Amino acid sequence: MQKTFRIGGIHPPANKWSAGKPIVKADIPAQAIVPLAQHIGAPAQPVVKKGDKLKAGALIAKAGGFVSANIHAPVSGSVLKIDEALDASGYKRPAIFIDTEGDEWDEGIDLSPEIRRDCSLAPQEIIAAINRAGIAGMGGATFPTHVKLTPPPGHTAEIVIINAVECEPFLTSDHALMLAHGEEMLIGTSLLMRALGVGKAAIGIESNKPDAIALLTRMAAAFEGISVVPLKVRYPQGGEKQLIDAIVRRQVKSGALPISAGAVVQNAGTAFAVYEAVQKNKPLVERIVTVTGRGVSAPANYLARIGTPLRQLMEASGLTANPGKIISGGPMMGKAVASADIPVTKGCSGILVLSPDESRRKPMRNCIRCAKCVDACPMGLNPTLLMNAAEFAAWDTAETNYAADCIECGSCNYVCPSNRPLLDHIRIAKGKVMEIARSRKS
Amino acid sequence: MENKLIISPSPHIHSGDSIERNMYGVLIALAPAFAASLFFFGLGALVVMTASIASCVAFEYVITKYIMKREPTVGDGSAILTGALLAFNLPSNLPLWIIVLGALFAIGVAKMSFGGLGNNIFNPALAGRVFLLISFPAQMTTWPSPGIFPLTYTDGATGATVLSMLNEGASQLPGYADMLLGRMGGSMGEISAIALLLGMAFMLVRRIITWHIPVAVILTVAVFTGIMYAVDPVAYANPLVHLLSGGLLLGAIFMATDYVTSPMSRSGMIVFGVGTGLITAVIRLFGSYPEGVSFAILIMNAVTPLINTYFKQTHFGGK
Amino acid sequence: MILTAICIVGGTGVLCATLLYFISKKFEVAENPLLAEVQEALPAANCGGCGYPGCSAFASACVNAASLDGLLCPVGGADVMGKVAAILGMAAEKVEPRVAVVRCNGHCDARPRTNLYDGTRNCRIASQLYGGETGCAFGCLGHGDCEAACSFGAIAVNPSTGLPEVDDDKCTACGACVKACPKNLIELRRRGPKSRRIYVSCMNRDKGGPARKACANACIGCGKCAKECAFEAISLSNNLAFIDSLKCRLCRKCVAVCPTGAIIELNFPPRKEATETKES
Repeated sequence: MQKTFRIGGIHPPANKWSAGKPIVKADIPAQAIVPLAQHIGAPAQPVVKKGDKLKAGALIAKAGGFVSANIHAPVSGSVLKIDEALDASGYKRPAIFIDTEGDEWDEGIDLSPEIRRDCSLAPQEIIAAINRAGIAGMGGATFPTHVKLTPPPGHTAEIVIINAVECEPFLTSDHALMLAHGEEMLIGTSLLMRALGVGKAAIGIESNKPDAIALLTRMAAAFEGISVVPLKVRYPQGGEKQLIDAIVRRQVKSGALPISAGAVVQNAGTAFAVYEAVQKNKPLVERIVTVTGRGVSAPANYLARIGTPLRQLMEASGLTANPGKIISGGPMMGKAVASADIPVTKGCSGILVLSPDESRRKPMRNCIRCAKCVDACPMGLNPTLLMNAAEFAAWDTAETNYAADCIECGSCNYVCPSNRPLLDHIRIAKGKVMEIARSRKS
Repeated sequence: MENKLIISPSPHIHSGDSIERNMYGVLIALAPAFAASLFFFGLGALVVMTASIASCVAFEYVITKYIMKREPTVGDGSAILTGALLAFNLPSNLPLWIIVLGALFAIGVAKMSFGGLGNNIFNPALAGRVFLLISFPAQMTTWPSPGIFPLTYTDGATGATVLSMLNEGASQLPGYADMLLGRMGGSMGEISAIALLLGMAFMLVRRIITWHIPVAVILTVAVFTGIMYAVDPVAYANPLVHLLSGGLLLGAIFMATDYVTSPMSRSGMIVFGVGTGLITAVIRLFGSYPEGVSFAILIMNAVTPLINTYFKQTHFGGK
Repeated sequence: MILTAICIVGGTGVLCATLLYFISKKFEVAENPLLAEVQEALPAANCGGCGYPGCSAFASACVNAASLDGLLCPVGGADVMGKVAAILGMAAEKVEPRVAVVRCNGHCDARPRTNLYDGTRNCRIASQLYGGETGCAFGCLGHGDCEAACSFGAIAVNPSTGLPEVDDDKCTACGACVKACPKNLIELRRRGPKSRRIYVSCMNRDKGGPARKACANACIGCGKCAKECAFEAISLSNNLAFIDSLKCRLCRKCVAVCPTGAIIELNFPPRKEATETKES
């Protein structure tokens, strides 16, 4: 019996068309648009000005606080301007525009393919290197990694969990990464263990990636304390709380941090970025992006520089004439974007292009109280009740029914036979309940 | 890219499940029981079924279109299902006008007056059936005797059901094989246990229902009547007789599991099922009516909001 | 037989009546008699515009307050507050009648659509997702949260322009729509003599170029209006002009100089070309 989380969950069709495809190096964009807010927390503060000549990997914006992350030049060239640009948030936000000239890298960055295993750095030095490199969670949530490696007082980490689940349909970037850079990822994992001072790490992989499970299990034998845990395929296994439940059988209580279960979860891509930052001194300036969906003719996995316009990657994959919807991320939690010209950011694990006929929602109908949403909810909530509470502004009902616990996985919408936009309304309830809770505290 | 991009909040894919898929799924699950009914009651079963479905659909259409002034929703299959379930709960020799009256009550009073699909408190088909049972007790409690595709409607020979025989203290009951297959008197849909269980298996496989309610109802009735049988085997019937006779299986599998009127959480479903089973057994053993499934389910329907309040789904991380 | 029945029924009735009488006496809540009077004077709209959850809560706030400063029923206005003040023997604050205005004029022709929104028709949900169906991230989304929030039927989205319109006569300036609008487009402004008002109908804080590209009626922050104004009523910040309704003398000069037509005049008589210069 394979492990999995214990409440709710759904089985959307996997559609992993780009699985097994090698990682293709994407062309360096002629112009890189680098948003200053690519992570959760305060936006970074620019340290360059118009006209500055830069090499790839140079710091261009400093973290704007503890919960923030540095940003580095993804290309070499000159700063065209610092202006507002549309990004995946759906709004215009400040970004640095860099015109590319050649491809020169900053000194001290090790670009050789040689794998460096040994590390003698102290935990604090590892965290400092991660902080310097501007790493933020690469699964999509983009929480700054160094913050997660600094548990709040009173909590201690017991295990590092590497999230290589990739439960979102269509996406294959973590899968491709594991096949191509499995060893580096394992070194990154051991660095994370060292940084946190823990002796155990588990790599959670869903069983629909048997090649990655076999490869990593073989490689992990050489690393002390790291085990590969095959998981039963079920969405949203990649949710932080769900993954902790699946691997260590502990459920994080409502409102508590994941560290309260003794676990620190990091994405597979993050582990690889940690390796590059610590062992190769390479900041986070490129990432693996899956481009897939019916709207492209050749689904593929690209190694793309941050700031590359989505359009360039889609065109490399054979963008069809009339895409219906462009999604940054997967089909369950990804964000539909209003323009193909927005840039790849640190959290962009994939670009899903849907054809027009699969882009539209079906009309909403009466709730028939079938409770399929209740069964699907991985947090054990009652989505239809929360939607009603949001529609009637009954925020106290929403609060006592744990609206703030919603992880926005979309399982309720997915299963609803009446096509009700449950999550649309629950997001409103969640925001309102959290706002009320904050105002009560202050 | 000449066309405009479509933007909507996530998720961007859907399971493809629909009201129709569920409603027509239940109808398919009803097919074996209907086939058994056709076999034993012949023409009568066909007439009652057709009349019931036709009048339910017609009433829903007229009410949505001319009274509520909305787009008619008969295509979603819920009115057809109500009609089929109502017919299943009627004797197959019931006069047409009574069927139409039952359909009017089921659709007009029990369903549409609450606001249509999803808003009703009571199971419409059962409400219609109980309305008829109270209004026309004579016609509703004379059942035709089973034959082999008899071409009779209201003029056939009549017989009694197992439960009414028990109520009157008869000693000669049909054999278990007949009860399993359905060769006995009764409402047209409730007779064949095998056919009903087949329907349940289909709905479980298609994930239209979960096992919680039917299993809770059936187990509760079995345990309760089993205890009474153990106490006094002469006065009380064997639990197996109780399970196979009357509307228990039909009620437990198709009526109690109605989405709209049953609880939403798994624990609530169990409570709902146990309650239904207990009330059924009490009415059967101690009440003046020989059968109590319909009343039991309607009573539990009324309690459903309360169950929903006190029996919630398991929350991640506990309370 | 009949007598017994009458006795029993009658006796029960008398007994219950007596019981009820004593119980109601015992549990009677002493209520300030002024409260009922004040409540009577209020409009009973229960809109919450006063900041209290309904008219009776507001009435008790008025009765218990030492002075009426800061207490205002926006629906009743000076009229009702005067009555309340008379009942309580206090002085009412002087209030300027106000009315809601929608600060967006990006109707369908002026503001071309760049994408199609397919989520729930709700401004709050759409604004959480992205900037909107047009190039302007500040403008009206047109899903009608304001309309749903209004308890007086005073604001409604006009399907031909896609923008909400305020009915001056029905608007009570309760502020429900102001709170409901996630883009903060609705402002309560001084009603003005004969309901005449001039305001900048735009909230776009983008620079002139992008703003103009997104919407033909956008304020591009050029500042011409501010220079033209003789009363220093117009201020400019974040590429956006704002007219202070308390300082504005309704001369309409700014309306004439605005290159994009972002400044709107309401309820003025049509101007005559010849007299325009004289008037100003």
